[in-house]
Amino acid sequence: MTARVEVFIQLKEGMLDPQGKALEHALAALGYDGVGDVRVGKWITFEVSGDGRQELEKRVEEMCRRLLANTVIERYSFDLVEEPAS
Amino acid sequence: MSGVPIGVVRFPGTNCDQDVFQAVLAVAGASPVWLWHKERDLAGVRGIVLAGGFAFGDYLRAGAIARFSPIMEQVIRFAESGGPVLGICNGFQILTEAGLLPGALMRNDRLTFVCREQWLRVESVATPYTRHSRPGQLVRYPVAHGEGNYVADEAALDRLEGEGRVVFRYVDEAGAATPAANPNGSARGIAGIVNEGGNVLGLMPHPDRAMSLLVGSDDGRGVFRGLVEAAA
Repeated sequence: MTARVEVFIQLKEGMLDPQGKALEHALAALGYDGVGDVRVGKWITFEVSGDGRQELEKRVEEMCRRLLANTVIERYSFDLVEEPAS
Repeated sequence: MSGVPIGVVRFPGTNCDQDVFQAVLAVAGASPVWLWHKERDLAGVRGIVLAGGFAFGDYLRAGAIARFSPIMEQVIRFAESGGPVLGICNGFQILTEAGLLPGALMRNDRLTFVCREQWLRVESVATPYTRHSRPGQLVRYPVAHGEGNYVADEAALDRLEGEGRVVFRYVDEAGAATPAANPNGSARGIAGIVNEGGNVLGLMPHPDRAMSLLVGSDDGRGVFRGLVEAAA
């Protein structure tokens, strides 16, 4: 099967996010009150094919752990949506 | 050239390779050797330096992609067998990504790239790189980075401190580790650490840019001298 994968990566709770902080200040400067705890993450999408959902999930999990996220400072999650056979 | 061969690894985006090459050349009895990141052979080098820069444009995370370059498999093997490996700035980031050093380097806490002369305190002289220093000696190296904020969990930090593996700490010119002296928000003002074996050193400041009084400081010489002696 072929699937479209979306990986979401965020800094772990409690990790200082200077980019988020800067955006928060910029939003306040634009007059948007009441905005807090802005966090900036990453969104990575790709296509992957292999033998069935379980095997693909295992592979994507491994990709996240080995390369896409640094689990010392980040957490990740992903969605895997099967693409219709063409 | 004869002399102790020291490999200087180049990735696409490495930009302190010439500084490091010259720094190694400045040590009597050392011969720097270029190592391209795609090579799978260390060409018989006895020590390795991962120089500063922006390998692979810092894409994804600093050091994340460089860490999987072909040469790194051999660098990791070399480090694990006790060979001296020095990672400066981006090289430090690559070493943490490769798991040769604990923790990670995050975006500076004050939103700016920091480029300045920086005082450091030598916290451990029990490493090949600092054996020519006195305990507590102050040295001045330039720093130039956007992602130098060292983080690790409290247990890991305690362990590093307890085992004397914090080698350099950011201080002011009086030797005090104040928040203002810390250029990036690093946990406990940590500027450089070694692995358990003491053979792998990673640091954000640049000893390679402190090799001559003509550029303000020659405090970096001891690090390269120690590296070459450990490799000999």
